[in-house]
Amino acid sequence: MKHLLSDSIVITKRQILQLARIPELLIFSTIQPVMFVLLFRFVFGGSIQTSQPGGYVQLLMPGIFVQTVAFTLAATASGLAQDMTKGLIDRFRSLPISRGALVIGRTFGDALLNILVLAVMAAAGFAVGWRPTSGFTRVALGFLFLFSFGYALSWIGIYVGLVVRDARVVQNVGFLVTFPMTFLSNAFAPTTGMPRALQYVAEWNPVSSMVAACRQLFGLKNEFGATATSWPSQHPLETSLLYIIILMAIFIPLSVRKYANSSS
Amino acid sequence: MKTVTAEHLIKSYNKGEVRALDDLSIDVTEGTVLGVLGPNGAGKTTTVRVLATLLKPDSGSAHVAGIDVIKHPDKVREVIGLSGQYAAVDETLTGWDNLVMFGRLYHLGKQESINRANDLLERFSLTESARRTIKSYSGGMRRRLDLAASLIVQPKVLFLDEPTTGLDPRGRMEMWGVIEELVTGGVTVLLTTQYLEEADQLADEIAVIDHGKVIARGTSDVLKRQVGGERLEITVENSEVVKVQEIVARISAHAPHIEGRTVSAPVSTGSTALIEALRALDEVSIHPLDIGLKRPSLDDVFLSLTGHVAEETVSQPVKRKRGGKR
Ligand SMILES: Nc1ncnc2c1ncn2[C@@H]1O[C@H](COP(=O)(O)OP(=O)(O)O)[C@@H](O)[C@H]1O
Ligand SMILES: [Mg+2]
Repeated sequence: MKHLLSDSIVITKRQILQLARIPELLIFSTIQPVMFVLLFRFVFGGSIQTSQPGGYVQLLMPGIFVQTVAFTLAATASGLAQDMTKGLIDRFRSLPISRGALVIGRTFGDALLNILVLAVMAAAGFAVGWRPTSGFTRVALGFLFLFSFGYALSWIGIYVGLVVRDARVVQNVGFLVTFPMTFLSNAFAPTTGMPRALQYVAEWNPVSSMVAACRQLFGLKNEFGATATSWPSQHPLETSLLYIIILMAIFIPLSVRKYANSSS
Repeated sequence: MKTVTAEHLIKSYNKGEVRALDDLSIDVTEGTVLGVLGPNGAGKTTTVRVLATLLKPDSGSAHVAGIDVIKHPDKVREVIGLSGQYAAVDETLTGWDNLVMFGRLYHLGKQESINRANDLLERFSLTESARRTIKSYSGGMRRRLDLAASLIVQPKVLFLDEPTTGLDPRGRMEMWGVIEELVTGGVTVLLTTQYLEEADQLADEIAVIDHGKVIARGTSDVLKRQVGGERLEITVENSEVVKVQEIVARISAHAPHIEGRTVSAPVSTGSTALIEALRALDEVSIHPLDIGLKRPSLDDVFLSLTGHVAEETVSQPVKRKRGGKR
């Protein structure tokens, strides 16, 4: 136990080193979100009507931040599954390292990657007209929310990676979770257009809460959200925080236990 | 002193349908090499994984360096090195990166990890490729790096699971050299192999396993004797086979076996039989194309122990070269 943190950091460093050895990996993982910003801004931006001062891009950016962070889930899962299948895991297990360092280290690495990607996206957003109006502290708080949400999701990713194990399958499972999650929400368009049943799903979707929370923190009206007067849409900050805590409380112990038992 | 002991290990898969280990007991004397020899699917990897704390057996017990593998896996991990069947290194990193990382995970200091990595790369002739990613390494280089990684802290016990499977002959010879050198350093080794000649070459003692059980055990000489003694084998021109058959029958007191132009029969007197045969041949002016005492190969051992040749018991397309050894 006394080496848990230092062992985890070695694993995190490994991930950073991987990025340094294969720079293409880093380039592509930052190009993708930038591409999303540009696509949504210029392809949909023109056709979605909003009374928001500053236009659609103000509403879009929080949505796209949350979406990108949600994709961490798939990245974490497939990275871990790759380690599990390539025999490398056997070496890690035969080393006198702390149980859990391998998975904890990976979540740290993905968290660092998230920071980088969020920074690149913020810059891209700024370039296409995104201007949060709420002042530095609240904007920073918004990013802290995004970061924490990403961290919680990477623990789901760990669990998926441990359960599914096959890296290619994991990739698909990851998308199967994240795509409906991000689109069945208020991230890109008003939920009012959805069938009634889906509206409720969207309303309680953690992604919606996160997007609404970010919009609030960035000084926007949550135009795409509140159709019902449900609790989550009334209290996006509290709901998001609650979701983050619940996800971590469930998936951290679950994953650590799964990892410890996954030898046989 | 036994450094590794395993007693009555049982491990089954698929709800008991597959018995990977079926009451397997094994031990390794301190400072020696035990070769665990068996065909694909015999249970070699499962045995190694249990001993290296990667797998819990259904029942049975195992100790490494006196430490209970099941009760104190963490302590066992501090004294073992493992080089698995598949090179367990990070493909996306360089050889140097890998070794330094593993050094850090063994809780060596930063500088110590670096020094150790440099030493090991040098020792395994990998210095030149130290800064290349593993992706560009040949199979032999990967295995050497993998072995290097298992030696970062001088292990008391080293587990090598099929260290040369998949290597070309040159890679295999290099690996053998490396392992032989290690053994002179005094480490206790448990090595698994499908190659009969490899066990013969590297191991002090051999345990033959099949279907999760040890079916024979001993030095390679003892095993060979168990199968039967030496054979006198003479190859001559076709026209001379009949005469030679008579001579061999007289020396051996057994009916000779004839295969093509080669006449052979078991003998118990060793080189005396050989001299006798040469004299007898000389008297009748026959100059043999080849003559010798043939000791049974480990292939023969397997055949006589299991009733089948050392073939895969699971259907996996593994190419094997049959090890005929003179
Ligand atoms: N995880 C597993 N699930 C099911 N069967 C397995 C598993 N691991 C090994 N086996 C089976 O156990 C037997 C022994 O396997 P193994 O120890 O890998 O053999 P070897 O290393 O000698 O080739 C084989 O029949 C194999 O198919
Ligand atoms: Mg095997």
